[in-house]
Amino acid sequence: MKRMPPVDAVIVGFGWTGAIMGMELAEAGLKVLALERGEYRDTSPDFSYPGIVDELAYGIRGMLFQPLARETVTIRHGVNETAVPYRQYGSFLFGNNVGGAGVHWNGQHYRPSPEDLEFASHVRQRYGAKFTPPDMQIQDYGVGYAELEPYLEKFEYLCGTSGRAGNLGGRIQEGGNPFEGPRARDYPNPPMADTYGAQLFADAARERGLHPFPQPSSNASRPYTNPLGVRLGPCNFCGFCERFGCYMYSKAAPQTTILPVLMRRPNFQLRTRSHVLKVNLDAGGRRATGVTYVDAQGEQVEQPAELVIVAAFQMHNVRLMLLSGIGKPYDPASGTGVIGRNYAYQMMSSIAAFYDPDTAINPFIGAGAGGTQIVDDFNSDHFDHGPHGFVGGAYLFGGQTGGRPIQQLAVPPGTPAWGAAWKRAAKQSYLHTTFVGTHGSVMAYRDRYLDLDPTYRDAFGQPLLRITFDWHDNEYRMTRFVTDRAQEVVDAMKPRQSSQTVRQPGDHYDIRQYQTTHTTGGVIMGSDPSTSALNRYLQSWDVPNVFVTGASAFPQNLGYNPTGLIGGLTYWAARAIRETYLKHPGPLVQA
Amino acid sequence: MNATSRRRGSGWRTLGWLVLALAVLLLLAVLGSRLVPVGGNPQAQAPLPASPELIEQGAYVARLGDCAACHTAPGGRPFAGGLAIASPVGAIYSTNITPDRDTGIGAYTYGEFERAVRRGVDRHGRSLYPAMPYPAFSRISDADLAALYAYLMHGVAPVAQPDRASGIPWPLSMRWPLAYWRALFAPRAPASVPAPGGADPVLARGAYLVEGLGHCGACHTPRAITLQEKALDARGGPLYLSGGSIDNWVAPSLRGEAASGLGGVGEDELVELLKTGRNGRSAIFGSMVDAVEHSTQYFTDADLHAVARYLKSLPPRREEAAPAYDAAVAKALHAGDASAAGARLYLDNCAACHRSDGRGYAQVYPALAGNPAVNGGNPASLIRLVLGGGAMPGTEGGPTQFAMPPFGARLSDQDVAQVLSFVRSSWGNRGDAVAAAQVHELRGKLPEPRAAMTGYDPRAH
Repeated sequence: MKRMPPVDAVIVGFGWTGAIMGMELAEAGLKVLALERGEYRDTSPDFSYPGIVDELAYGIRGMLFQPLARETVTIRHGVNETAVPYRQYGSFLFGNNVGGAGVHWNGQHYRPSPEDLEFASHVRQRYGAKFTPPDMQIQDYGVGYAELEPYLEKFEYLCGTSGRAGNLGGRIQEGGNPFEGPRARDYPNPPMADTYGAQLFADAARERGLHPFPQPSSNASRPYTNPLGVRLGPCNFCGFCERFGCYMYSKAAPQTTILPVLMRRPNFQLRTRSHVLKVNLDAGGRRATGVTYVDAQGEQVEQPAELVIVAAFQMHNVRLMLLSGIGKPYDPASGTGVIGRNYAYQMMSSIAAFYDPDTAINPFIGAGAGGTQIVDDFNSDHFDHGPHGFVGGAYLFGGQTGGRPIQQLAVPPGTPAWGAAWKRAAKQSYLHTTFVGTHGSVMAYRDRYLDLDPTYRDAFGQPLLRITFDWHDNEYRMTRFVTDRAQEVVDAMKPRQSSQTVRQPGDHYDIRQYQTTHTTGGVIMGSDPSTSALNRYLQSWDVPNVFVTGASAFPQNLGYNPTGLIGGLTYWAARAIRETYLKHPGPLVQA
Repeated sequence: MNATSRRRGSGWRTLGWLVLALAVLLLLAVLGSRLVPVGGNPQAQAPLPASPELIEQGAYVARLGDCAACHTAPGGRPFAGGLAIASPVGAIYSTNITPDRDTGIGAYTYGEFERAVRRGVDRHGRSLYPAMPYPAFSRISDADLAALYAYLMHGVAPVAQPDRASGIPWPLSMRWPLAYWRALFAPRAPASVPAPGGADPVLARGAYLVEGLGHCGACHTPRAITLQEKALDARGGPLYLSGGSIDNWVAPSLRGEAASGLGGVGEDELVELLKTGRNGRSAIFGSMVDAVEHSTQYFTDADLHAVARYLKSLPPRREEAAPAYDAAVAKALHAGDASAAGARLYLDNCAACHRSDGRGYAQVYPALAGNPAVNGGNPASLIRLVLGGGAMPGTEGGPTQFAMPPFGARLSDQDVAQVLSFVRSSWGNRGDAVAAAQVHELRGKLPEPRAAMTGYDPRAH
């Protein structure tokens, strides 16, 4: 096997967290190498107008996504079923290439609510230990909101997030989210303008006594220079965010916020088309010696490193830990073990609101995050869950992220699925339809987890990751409750007609339907090594020179989009590495 | 006399003329290499020892002169040469100026180096192609030249890389006629060149940088049919820096024309443009991208101000009225009126970045309203930008290389002419209309349009 010269730190995966860690560790003077299995991609030439604005190529055929024919996951609903491969994109989208999912996200940039980070303690304290079912395995993150706040802010200032603060140093601000934790500073940019659908939603919500605010958006509302000196251009509401790269340099991505500086640093190197097979351990299994990867020529290469950062997508992090034998695999029968534990997803519902031709929604005016209004009254623990018999919640959103013809065109219920009648309805509805949705949490359960599939293998002969997941009652109740609240707002918006999509009790998780790419857990953080794989600094309890970044660290899923928290946690871990670990390499928390 | 003998007689006469011509050429060649004066002293030794300070100073001089622009090939080792430079008769290749003794300039004495840089003659006595801007470099001070020599000899890693022969076919590849070109068009450097000085030291420094090391005139001054710049300094008259062209780009006037020159551009704006590659209204594009990336971004602020102040001291060659913003087009476009010729094309292709008011976004997307590049007489740069796109330089102060996509595959000659005519006549701009034939002609000269890559894109080399 080819052996490369050693580096101080090797980063597996070059998306958001890989780029943040790369920048932080390169700034600390380390010799840093990032390994990315995909190709190099940048705003120009790859996301250049008009080539990128091609819904068939990018939205449907997924040109920016990981090819599932080479590696995918398998899925089953319960421990006694046989899992089958996810062969066509549906439920969630794996980013591929430089920038990862940070290229094709929408830019919806949230912080967790303070109680989300201490969720188990908070629920126990407010509602008692018996409020949640015995198989619900909710946990605390091991890091609190106040500690994390500067790092959440740091990521927002990197991204140039546009929004309106709702809580500045404890003082509630008019027009922001009154339920959010206190911010030391306002957003770096003012909110984007609202689309008309969002205005209708916000007016109706306000009328009902709710607290709408502009969605925090990492689509820049104005030209912005971030603390690294990298610039973003203002968003023009083109409506091609999710599944696409941004041709306007407006959507925060590693390409638009970090790479122009990081890629020019002499102590940083990126190798693309480098697929990591495993993290190598020493004979005792307590220290990583580097990684083994397959290079562009198909040759296996050993890359020695003092420090290994596992920074791939959530699922891939879990799989790499299992393939490398770091940490004990989770066993649902006994509820012991940590790798694969607490896999969770999110639960969405949506309502299409159809108007008459005199209401011009003009859905082609849209942005992935900006231009949408949010109601956070029913998320996290922002309301008394006592009477409702569930924990968690969802935010409601109103407006549209675009009017793409294939995936964003709704017709009223009862319309035939094809033919002249469909065409007529599509033509009548297109300019006059907007959407309200709910974006909800999913708790962790003893029988919902990730492990290696016993049957299916990837292009390199390694076992695929197997998902065992289905909905539980808590989530059916949550989605019913928040969807009813959303319907009340929609009714107050006075559309001609509306149609609701909501998951009913008994509906199975359907991997063919897109909901969110917000899969979480499997390498979770916490304060107890018997129930978490990582300590509060994202450091492996078992192999202290391995850190694992990303949503794989979330103990359960929240009602928010994960990227803001992912970025904040990565900066938090990077600070611990720079200020403490590098001076005294070893466990940052004693088990 | 029959026809055959007439022909034979004519043949003999032709041969006679040929022999005579060859004899004259031979004489000229011999005289050229022997008698056209060069000056300088090839035996001269370096005036100062190569201290670390001198080497560092020399590195800065190399930045000021942008030696790397030609002497470092894309993806090649620094200063090892090999960059192809197009000439009307074939490509020539820049030379290895690393201190390698066999293939570089390691064997050059200081005096030989001086003759190459300031006088355009190599150590074998051959004249350099005037792609090497020695007419401008003849102004380099003794102090700067000594520093540059110290840097190239001791601060640059030697690279063994033989120079590549030019692609110019014989007989045009003969070098001796260049001696006459040199004698006719290049100023003869005095034996010693003092550092610039005068009543206004900032202006003097600016003149020294622009006319000398910066060799701005190489692109920005029009050239005669015999390829010499029509003026070499401010004293040479109003043609100096009045605009030239390179590689199908227009190098705009750097004089004080109100609409198409620097008349409406402030000193601080100019400094920011040269330092970061962009400013509140404008951005660097085309051939100037390399100059900013490799050279001007490294100038000290004092030197940039000197350059800007000197340029701002040059009176306009033509009197032009200053452009005044006219809101009529913006109002029409805001109101949804795209009936003007080219307006619809502008909205569909340009307005996302440059906006319907033509003002762009500061530091990000350049304004088209009042932009000197839009108001110049020759629209070649605009046509080239629209067809092929481009990217801003990446600098310390502006690391993001905002790119304009190529529209060559999307817009017809007629479309390009129409949208550019719209841009050149909107928001107070006063450029002439662009004809489809102009677009067609330029399209034929340009490479296949491809979206730009950043300088750090690993796929670029």
